[in-house]
Amino acid sequence: MSGVTFPTTDAVDFLVIGAGAAGGVVAKELAVAGFRVVVLEQGPYLRERDYSHDEIKYTIAPGLTNDPKVQPVTYRKSEADPARPMKAIEYGRQVGGGSVHFTANYWRFHESDFHERSLYGEVSGAELADWPISYADLEPYYTKAEYDLGISGLAGANPFEAPRSKPYPLPPMPAKSSGVLFERAAKKLGLHPFPAPVAILSQPYRGRAACVNCGFCESFGCEMRAKSSTLVSVIPVAEKTGRCEIRPDCYVRKIETDAAGRATGAIYFDRNRREIFQRAKAVFVCANGVETPKLLLLSKSKRFPEGLANSSGVVGKYLMWDNGGEAQGVFEHPLNEYKGIQATRLIHDYYAADAKRGFYGGGGIDARFDFYPASFALHGLPPDAPRWGSEYKQMFETYFNRTMSLLAHTTSLAQAKSTITLDPDVKDAWGLPAVRVTYDYHPDDLATMKWIMERQIEILEAAGAKKTWSQPYDVADNMPSRHLMGTCRMGNDPATSVVNAHSRTHDVPNLFLVDGSNFVTAARQQPTATIQALAYRAAEYAIGAAKRGELG
Amino acid sequence: MAYTMNATRRDWLRTCFAMAASPGVLAAQQHAHAAAASPNPHFETLDAETAAEIEAIAAQIIPSTGGAGAREAGVIYFIDRALSTFALDDREAYRTGMAQLRQKRKELFPESTAIASLNGQQQMDLIRAIETSSFFELLRTHTVLGFLGDPSYGGNRGKAGWHQIGFEDRMGWEPPFGYYDAEVNREPMGGEKK
Repeated sequence: MSGVTFPTTDAVDFLVIGAGAAGGVVAKELAVAGFRVVVLEQGPYLRERDYSHDEIKYTIAPGLTNDPKVQPVTYRKSEADPARPMKAIEYGRQVGGGSVHFTANYWRFHESDFHERSLYGEVSGAELADWPISYADLEPYYTKAEYDLGISGLAGANPFEAPRSKPYPLPPMPAKSSGVLFERAAKKLGLHPFPAPVAILSQPYRGRAACVNCGFCESFGCEMRAKSSTLVSVIPVAEKTGRCEIRPDCYVRKIETDAAGRATGAIYFDRNRREIFQRAKAVFVCANGVETPKLLLLSKSKRFPEGLANSSGVVGKYLMWDNGGEAQGVFEHPLNEYKGIQATRLIHDYYAADAKRGFYGGGGIDARFDFYPASFALHGLPPDAPRWGSEYKQMFETYFNRTMSLLAHTTSLAQAKSTITLDPDVKDAWGLPAVRVTYDYHPDDLATMKWIMERQIEILEAAGAKKTWSQPYDVADNMPSRHLMGTCRMGNDPATSVVNAHSRTHDVPNLFLVDGSNFVTAARQQPTATIQALAYRAAEYAIGAAKRGELG
Repeated sequence: MAYTMNATRRDWLRTCFAMAASPGVLAAQQHAHAAAASPNPHFETLDAETAAEIEAIAAQIIPSTGGAGAREAGVIYFIDRALSTFALDDREAYRTGMAQLRQKRKELFPESTAIASLNGQQQMDLIRAIETSSFFELLRTHTVLGFLGDPSYGGNRGKAGWHQIGFEDRMGWEPPFGYYDAEVNREPMGGEKK
C-alpha cells in the first residue's frame, strides 16, 4: 500500500476524486510527472487475495458495486412518474473502480463516432451532437492506454476499425466454442468477425502473469492480476513514485471554492464518517457518469447556485444507457462456456448508423457466455422453459454447457429528459441525497435493439443452434445500467457543455472532470477504452496547465 | 420486492437478494462454517416442521430424478442460514407464504396433515396452485441458489449441484474448452496465432 501520506491542511498539487478507470490513470500520470497527488475513493482498497469465485457474493449481492442499502438510487421513467428506490445504475466501488469487475471489453471508438451529428443529421427528440475532438485527436491516447494497461487483440482484423498507430501490445485470447461458432456463422453470412480486444493479458506483461482462463471476469475481481484494471496496472506505478496517496473509504460530499471561484479542495467523510477537508491546488473528478454530476450538484454555493460548473444547466443531463439485447442458442455438443474469458469474437458490421434503416443507430455484437451456474438456472433458459420440476432440472443440466449468448451493444441517444438529479426525499447512509435517475429509451434506441436482435437470431441459426430465443429489452430489463455516460458533456460552447475539449470545466479553471460523464455520444457502448484515452489526454493537458502556472 | 417473470441476464441483480449487504453474505458463510463444524447439523431459523415443509417443496422444484436434487444438496440448510443472515428481510415473506401454503394444502387435501407427508403428485398439485405467486418465486430462487451457489453457504453439499450441471470451479483451464473450439484447433482459423 501507499507509503506516502499528505497532511490535509497543506494543499497538494492535485486532488483526484475516484480511483477507477479514469482516476487511476490520471493519478499515475500526474504523480509520474512530479506532482503530489491525493486520491479519494469511496470504496475499499482490495487485493487479489480478497476476491473469490463466489457467485452469490459477487453477482447477487452487491459484491464490488454500489450497495443500494447504504446508497439508495431512485428511478422514474419520466418526470411525471414518482421515483422509486431501484438499483437502476451500477458502478464499481473500490480502488480500481469498474475496471476491477468489468468484463474487460476494450473497444476503440470509430472515426464516425465523433461526428455523428454531421454525418447523420438531426434526430427528433434527441440532442445528437458532434464531439469537439476527432478520433485523430484521441488516437495517441488510445495507444498509450493499450500499452500502459495491457490490452490483447489483433490489429487489422476488424475491417471497420479506425486507423491505429501501433498494433495491440498482446495477441488475442484463445477463441472459445462460442467464438468459433460465431466466427463460422458470421463468415457464412458475409460478415467480418474478429477477436475481441480485451483488457486481459494473453501473455505475461510488465511483471504480471497471463490469464489462466478461470472464467470469472464479469462482476468478479481477478485473482491472477491478469485483468488489466487500474488497480494492478497504473495505480502501483503511481504509488511507487512516493508522490501519490490513495485514500480508500473516503466519500466526498462537496468541492469547495474560494472567493475567486476556484476549487480549493474537497470535504469528505472518512471511514469513521468524520468530515475532513483536503486542500488542493487543482481537482480532478473521476467519479463516473453518475457520481460526478451528483457531486457537482451537491457542491452548490452562493456563487454556483445551480451546482458547481453548471452555468450551462446541463450537469446531470443527457444520461445515456447501457443498451443492447441478448439472444441465446443451444447447441448439440458441449461448449463448456464457463471456462475462459466471457467474449472472444465479435462483429462491427452493423456498427454504423444507416438512414436507410429508418432509424438512427447501430451496434456491435459479441459471442459470449456471461451466466454463472445459479444465474443460468434462474434466468438463462428460454422464456417457455418449465420453471420447476424434473423437466426444469433436466433442462438446466443439459443446457448449461451447451448454451451461448450473442450480446448486442447498441446506441443510446442523448435526451434532455434523461437525467441524474438529487432525490428530494431519499437520503443515503451519510445523510446525502440519493441519486434520482430519470430515463427512458428514445424510440430509435428501441428500434435499433429490435433490428439488431433479428441479426443476432440470424447468426445463431447460421451457427446451427438447435433452438434460439431472446430476452426482452424493456428499459426495466436493461437495468442496472453499467455504462454511465453523458452527464457532464464535452463541448466548445460553455452555454451547452460542462467541460472543454480537454475535460477542463468551462466555469472553474482548476477543476477537471474525466470519466463517462464527458461523452457526447455513447458510440456503441464499451466506453472504458475511450474513458481511459480521455483520461490520459486530460492529464497531459493539466500537467501543461500546471507547468504554465495556470492552476495556482 | 417485485419479481419479474421475464428474466434477463441482469435480473439476478433485482431478485430477492438485490438488497443484501456484503456483511450479510460474510455472516452467512460464517454461520455455515460453524454449522458444518458441528457434529449435529441443526436449524438456526426454522422450526423442524417448517423446515420439513420447505424442503418438500424445494425437492419438487429440483427433484432427485437423474441424480442429486435439492434434498441431497442440503438446500434447506442454505435457506435456513440465509434467513438469519443476508435474506433476513425475507423472513416475513416466508411466514406469510408458508401460512398461505398450509391453508391451500387444507383446501386441496382436507384429509392431509402436513405438506411433507403429501405424496409427490399432491405436492406438485399444491405447487401448481401457487406457482405464479411472488412467494413461490422467492422459494424457487433460494432453492436454485442453495443448489448451485457456493458451498460455503451451507447448500450445494459436496458440490452436488455443480456436478449435476457439469460445472467445475477451478483456478484455471487450458484450451480447448469445448467441442467446437477443439474441433477448430485441428484447422487453425484466421486471427489465431499459436
